[in-house]
Amino acid sequence: MNLLFILFFPLLIGAFLLIAKPKHAFIISISATILEAIATGIVLFKINESQLSITFIQDWIPELGIQFSLVADGISGVLIGLCALLLPFIIGSTAKTEKANHAQYQGLILLMQSAMMGAFLAKDAFLFYFFFEASLLPIYFLASNFGGENRSAITFKFLIYTIFGSLFLFIGLIYVYLRTPGATHSADIETLYLTARNLSAESQGYLFMAFFIAFAIKMPIFPFHTWQPDTYTTSPSQGTMLLSGVMLKMGTYGVIRLIIPMFPLGLGTWGNTAMILSIIGVIYGSIIAIQQKDAKRLLAYSSFAHVGLISAGMLTQSFEGIQGALYQMLSHGINVVGLFFVIEIIERRTKSRELAQLGGITQSSYALTVTFMILSLGSVALPLTNGFIGEFILLKSIFDYSLIFGIIAGITIILGAVYTLRLLQKTMFGNASRITTEFAGLTLEEKMVLIPLSIFVLLGGIFPNTILHFSEESVMQITQLLK
Amino acid sequence: MTAIIALSLFGISNLFLGFWFPRKVLQVLTLLFLAIGMGLTAIDWNHELLWFGNMFRTTNTSINFSLIIQLAAFLVVALSKAFGADDEHTHPAEYYAIMLFSVVGAIIMVSFDHMIMLFVGLEILSVAMYVLTGSDKRNLKSNEAALKYFLMGAFATGILLFGITLVYGATKSFYTSNLANIIAATAPESMPSFLYIGVLLMIVGLLFKVSAAPFHFWTPDVYEGAPTIFTMFMSTVVKTAGFAAIYHILSGVFGGIYSTWVFPIYFISMLTLLIGNVTAAYQQSIKRMLAYSSISHAGYMLMTVNAKQISSTSTILYYSLSYTLATVAAFAVLIIVSEYQTGRKEKPEDYSSFEGLAKNNPGLAFCMTISLLSLAGIPLTAGFWGKFFIFSDSFSRNVIYPVILAILMSAVGIYYYFKGIIAMYFKNGDIDRIEVPLLFKIALWFCTVATLALGVYPNIVKNLF
Repeated sequence: MNLLFILFFPLLIGAFLLIAKPKHAFIISISATILEAIATGIVLFKINESQLSITFIQDWIPELGIQFSLVADGISGVLIGLCALLLPFIIGSTAKTEKANHAQYQGLILLMQSAMMGAFLAKDAFLFYFFFEASLLPIYFLASNFGGENRSAITFKFLIYTIFGSLFLFIGLIYVYLRTPGATHSADIETLYLTARNLSAESQGYLFMAFFIAFAIKMPIFPFHTWQPDTYTTSPSQGTMLLSGVMLKMGTYGVIRLIIPMFPLGLGTWGNTAMILSIIGVIYGSIIAIQQKDAKRLLAYSSFAHVGLISAGMLTQSFEGIQGALYQMLSHGINVVGLFFVIEIIERRTKSRELAQLGGITQSSYALTVTFMILSLGSVALPLTNGFIGEFILLKSIFDYSLIFGIIAGITIILGAVYTLRLLQKTMFGNASRITTEFAGLTLEEKMVLIPLSIFVLLGGIFPNTILHFSEESVMQITQLLK
Repeated sequence: MTAIIALSLFGISNLFLGFWFPRKVLQVLTLLFLAIGMGLTAIDWNHELLWFGNMFRTTNTSINFSLIIQLAAFLVVALSKAFGADDEHTHPAEYYAIMLFSVVGAIIMVSFDHMIMLFVGLEILSVAMYVLTGSDKRNLKSNEAALKYFLMGAFATGILLFGITLVYGATKSFYTSNLANIIAATAPESMPSFLYIGVLLMIVGLLFKVSAAPFHFWTPDVYEGAPTIFTMFMSTVVKTAGFAAIYHILSGVFGGIYSTWVFPIYFISMLTLLIGNVTAAYQQSIKRMLAYSSISHAGYMLMTVNAKQISSTSTILYYSLSYTLATVAAFAVLIIVSEYQTGRKEKPEDYSSFEGLAKNNPGLAFCMTISLLSLAGIPLTAGFWGKFFIFSDSFSRNVIYPVILAILMSAVGIYYYFKGIIAMYFKNGDIDRIEVPLLFKIALWFCTVATLALGVYPNIVKNLF
């Protein structure tokens, strides 16, 4: 019951906002997301207490064995937690702007939340696909209607690219689904695990590729990333936050949920290639990030680099790798939403994101500097921040898997520090430029978003075990399947 | 099978009623007639019966197809606001009558049990369509379209008839149930070789009607030239009837010589997908784009025409229904918008005339969006499940390459369908609020809601088939 509520509540409110276009959209959507966060919190608390997953199963298309089934366990719990946690901040970041009471804008964000929740909760593979695709439409409309320069062409490319990728996932799913036992077949994820694992190594190899391309485009992994920097840059800030904070995790979640348990032989053949691509992404993304002039674009490439590391960690198929990936998904989501918001605050006041034109903001806004610093250090993975825990576990798992991969991926710590600190230094420190001399301090609404996010960064660094313990059981189940 | 008799009588009476009643009354009467027709069709549910000297068989499958055809015709009639209220050159009574006749032809095509019946049904349908295509008689393009359609169509019918003759020569039977038995009982080597030629010629004749490549060349011109309301009729009723006939012939009658036609069919299906989708991506006019998209949907449907599978029937039915609903809605919005833009824009049927539609007409833009999404096969719409059933059917009989091509072509499809959505939502244009008649609105929203309902819960109808 609770699962149905957290799945459909944002959808209802979002649809209401889109259709009725009420005047005070901001109040409605922020209270809806807070309520959603509380409801999700209750569900997660229950799971944590009982260490059992919560499921909801309802027949959908019985003749085809397709069910409307949802599950919240340790893995999906982390992600619905992330999604529910971030949305109030994403909505909150629109406060006092012209978008705050734009009913359509807020409605699309809520629809997006509903679709992402659905993807993370789905227990039936086709239901997962359903939400995986459905989440594209609201973000597409959001980015294409409210984005920046040249948005029409860029978001169109994004849309075609991602749908093209998901079509591979679609045929892959159908292929496995038709091999499940029984006259009606079944698309339940657990049944698919058992079926797919018994396929020949060759079929598993092809299926691995089909699934991986879909998720690699979503994340994105080198060389499927070409849509990402443009889309992140041109989307409105909230769109970018949704894309990088939560939506990207649908790709990484898909790898943990579907690829790793389903295709052990496929991973055996192609896992190394996929890992090499991910690690190339880490290095390549970092190097390009260092050279960026536009702050938002810099963050887009840094996100690309981070997700490469997450992907490389998961693909080691080890307990640490998956745990680290889950933890890093959470930290990356929190950090990146905060960082994109900082950039938006700067852009609102100075009308510029060019690093060359900025600088010296610390002289006028101390609060912004401190929060920005904490968020950046989280992104650099300094000890005592959430990023450190995630990257540490991930790198450990990669080192265990292969020393060379570990060493190359380890460079990310240095490169990450270079581009993040460069961003921090060029915007915050140095002499104030013409446009930053009269930089107004943070408003209350902005503080309400940035300060809690910074606190989460620190809390995540100091008490990692709450989350790690939460997902332990479910990750163990997946790694058990691999033995 | 009283429906075809009733509908023929209604059609004739429609001609006379035209003397006394204005268009609006005729429209309501025609809707009533079609509703009665559907009722009479549904009566035979679960009674497998033979009619007219065993030449005509009603089965649940044929009843389902007949119902989809009549539903399509019903929606088209409900949406037929266009043919001018104050234009002395239009003849609503005749149009409605001809539409009823062509529905009769279509119903015969989906329930024949005798090759001559197939031919008669096809001819009734086709001749009616030639007339309707050319009905805008002062428009040069409409005339050209009618002539083209007629010439090409006559050839195709000839080829079909030639095929029937050869098949008759080989088997000495016209009855489809007999034919299937004879083919099953005879060893393939002892069959005369012209049986196979006959089968292929019959398929060619029918493929022409559903505009599969390489027999599709008439489609874009005819679709573009015909008045949009009849294009809508053509792309739904004729397609559904054509596919029902092809399916019946291939799987029901010639299922025994499966290996003769299966590769040509796959080849044609792949070619159709390729040509339809790639050419659609280049179109400037939405009407032409929809013509090519109808070609590409023929390609998808051809993929499921197979003898050895029970689920094919429901797949084809489901696909026809979802395609019909989406196509009707798309053409309906096109009618409204192009009518508004006539005189304002040089080419009222282009993508550019949809620019900015969403601003003052959110309802119309929404209906168009849902129908385009359904045609593109995006989840939450009926089209998604249509594609899903087709792909899973094909996969379960190990058809791999056509499916992969179909997947790639779906991605191309997304490109050109979304171009319409982009024009409506993200381009600036000045379209005022357009007044839409009530009946039109109801029919349009029916299509949209049904598309969404089937998308969320396909079982509503999948169970019936």
